[in-house]
Amino acid sequence: MELVEWIRQPWPWYVAGPMLSGVMFLLLYFGNKFGVSSNLRSLCSIAGAGKVSSFFRFDWKADIWNLIFVVGALMGGFIAREYLSFSDAVEISENTKLELEALGIENPGASYLPSSIFSWEALSTPKYGVMLVIGGILVGFGTRYAGGCTSGHAISGLSNLQLPSLIAVIGFFIGGVIMTHFILPYLLTF
Amino acid sequence: MTGLIFGIILTKSEVISWFRIYEMFRFESFHMYGVIGSAVFFGVIITLSIKRFGLKSINGEIIALKPKDRLFKSALFGGTLFGLGWAMTGACPGPMFVLVGNGASVFLLVIASAMFGTFLYGILRKYLPH
Repeated sequence: MELVEWIRQPWPWYVAGPMLSGVMFLLLYFGNKFGVSSNLRSLCSIAGAGKVSSFFRFDWKADIWNLIFVVGALMGGFIAREYLSFSDAVEISENTKLELEALGIENPGASYLPSSIFSWEALSTPKYGVMLVIGGILVGFGTRYAGGCTSGHAISGLSNLQLPSLIAVIGFFIGGVIMTHFILPYLLTF
Repeated sequence: MTGLIFGIILTKSEVISWFRIYEMFRFESFHMYGVIGSAVFFGVIITLSIKRFGLKSINGEIIALKPKDRLFKSALFGGTLFGLGWAMTGACPGPMFVLVGNGASVFLLVIASAMFGTFLYGILRKYLPH
């Protein structure tokens, strides 16, 4: 079937972007909002962080729909990978490939993730473990400090023409550019 | 159900790929800018329409869009820290969960670390400029 064949190709930006706005609209229509990182706070509360800080004493049960949303996202990831894809390759630009090869990443773009970094086996190399843990902490700390992540600020916030969101997105890029251009090249070849 | 669609979109558009994020921050491809840009473009139209026509949610209530707190320092500082982590792990909070669904279970460690980061913010927030 042609449609199935088409779906199994990687989706171009002009399909994915408008669909993401559609996801935002559906969430608003169902009386919710589009913002994934709030779940990290809910998860902390569930884990008992309310005992230590009042920041985690809030009614996370009122946001349970959002936790269901990420469980759905996880399952969507599984379905897309198992049934809706025939290749793992990511068509990144030639320049990016050359740069990554120079940094010692083998076959850049052959799969979604460089397996030399993102696998349980890779954790035996301490710097990769540090990368995952420190990176995760920065994301979790930064998103709550900024008041939102890519979904809450970049998509929901900018769509609602919010100045704090524009500033947060500029921050995302300041941090991202510093990491990609000045820190990762040393970290990867260390 | 909406989450399911979200997970499929993020996987099929390669937004969850570390390579795509690396490429984006090197400004070497239009792909990520196209995804986020077109999402915001249609998002603005949707948001303006909701306000202009007072669209109602499924519960029959007018959809209210909560403005973001006008905290500019925290947006900038927090945003920058977030960007450092985003470029390092190649994943913002949504993709972390989608990647686990993709079979990259090592992202459970990243999610746990992100929870710990949020926890640290909860403890330290009274000392931080907002």
